Amino acid sequence: MIEIRIHGRGGQGNVVGAYLLATAAIVEGKFGQAFPAFGAERRGAPVVAFVRIAEQHLRRRSQVQNPAFLIIQDQALLHVPGVLDGLRDDGRILVNSNLDSDTLAERLGHEVVSIPADSWSQEFLGRPLPNTSLLATFLILTQLLPVEALTAALRERFKGKLLERNLNLVEEITQRVPAGLWSGVEHA
Amino acid sequence: MPKALEGSQAIARTVALCRPQVVAAYPITPQTHIVENIARLVADGELECEYVSVESEFSAASVALGAAAAGSRAYTASASQGILLMTEVLYNIAGLRIPMVMTCANRAVSAPLSIWNDHQDSMSVRDAGWIQLYCADNQEAIDTTIQAYRIAERTELPVMVCVDGFSLTHTLEPLELPTQEQVDGFLPPFQFQRALDPRQPISMGTLVSPDFYPEARHSHHQALINAAEEVVAADDDWAAVCGRHSGGLLKVEGSEDAEIGILTLGSIMGTLLDAHEQHPDQGKVKLIQLRCFRPFPFEAIKEACRGLQHLVVLERALSPGSGGIVSNEVQAALSSLEQTPRIYSFAVGLGGRDVPLELYQHVLDAIARGGDNGFRVFDADLSKLPPEDR
Repeated sequence: MIEIRIHGRGGQGNVVGAYLLATAAIVEGKFGQAFPAFGAERRGAPVVAFVRIAEQHLRRRSQVQNPAFLIIQDQALLHVPGVLDGLRDDGRILVNSNLDSDTLAERLGHEVVSIPADSWSQEFLGRPLPNTSLLATFLILTQLLPVEALTAALRERFKGKLLERNLNLVEEITQRVPAGLWSGVEHA
Repeated sequence: MPKALEGSQAIARTVALCRPQVVAAYPITPQTHIVENIARLVADGELECEYVSVESEFSAASVALGAAAAGSRAYTASASQGILLMTEVLYNIAGLRIPMVMTCANRAVSAPLSIWNDHQDSMSVRDAGWIQLYCADNQEAIDTTIQAYRIAERTELPVMVCVDGFSLTHTLEPLELPTQEQVDGFLPPFQFQRALDPRQPISMGTLVSPDFYPEARHSHHQALINAAEEVVAADDDWAAVCGRHSGGLLKVEGSEDAEIGILTLGSIMGTLLDAHEQHPDQGKVKLIQLRCFRPFPFEAIKEACRGLQHLVVLERALSPGSGGIVSNEVQAALSSLEQTPRIYSFAVGLGGRDVPLELYQHVLDAIARGGDNGFRVFDADLSKLPPEDR
């Protein structure tokens, strides 16, 4: 079982990101579970969602306390108390940020990959919505699921021009991100 | 092949498969997006149904009542304060013996204001005369919703399908949706014998004098008691269609000769089961998932608890000044056993407090410590309170 916690801000598609990742797992025939920890439902407020991916059906519905990965949709959230809480010692952080990975890794004491997801998304989608960039990067880094599982999940949720742009973005990211850099993560 | 669906979406699609003719709902918080998804299915032409967007939950229940009384298959959904605002109508629906189904997406009741999950809403209307079924997961929510229509229409009693808010309604997971043919085969078109019809006028909801009121109450009570059979039959017959049981009146997991039982309702059982599976002392423990709270299954609970030395009832609501609601009734059910287990009444997960895997061990520790087995809010951190409130 792999547990992931996604931190974002209201309006960034935090829950949608979690749903997409779990959907990708389910499309692959694995068990995927995603749910939000809703706080105040307003734009800009810090929000959290959880994802579990496993080979077998999981029955637990408790919040993810010790994630193997954090996906941070907004770098300013790194300053919010509690964001790193419970991250496994070998846990890794994928963050949407303009700062470089090594600087952040040193500051946070964990392995970090930083990508400028806002500008990548701006380039392809015309809006700074970091989800697709982060999720595609996450799957390419970890090899947890094939990228095609994400595109299948995107097809379930979006259509028309928006879908096409997202698919182009995923395609581009496969060229920009080192495949398998985080592969071989240990299951909890 | 299971589909990735969020609970609310799965329930909406399931309701649509049941071919409701009238859906009435108030779309504002504390509503979930079950009704939003149904509205979309109607707008997209995928569901032929009169969708009535009303101005309050009181009206939502009233419209559903009227529609069902006129012979339509009716549906509504609500939660929390919405259930409370409906309460007067909920009693009327049940007392008039109107068959209909609603989903209660269980949430806490204000004040303090909370949007998160517990069972205070549905427990507050346990005496309204509805059948109440509590779902352990979203698959059960799908299957129970379909069964609920058959139970309602055969017993002429309304059914409240209780589905934990957020922990089920907002969770996406792999789910099996039945086919339209499967549902159609299980659920024949609704024929209401007492339907209001201007060609054969009858009155419904007239004044009942003391000469008949106690008899009406007796008959309502007896109808609920008798409904237990239909709850079990619907689960068995639906299992014959799709291969899945949802637990009838209750379901038991774990060792037959366990000393300790843990009984609860709703979605925290999944977490307890995962903890149970990993635990070295699992042979000593059995887990009891109470699915049917109304009618209350006295005999099934007695059977499930026979031989236990300790029984922990994990409450998801409380009656302030008294304590656990479910444990009081369980205690009554077990009072005629020759050996009654020691009953612990612990409220957990109130207002959305996370129920972690560790709860299982904490419960076993509390039993091992002995001492007070009365009611308490088990996961409350009393150090947060001034001394006089502890």
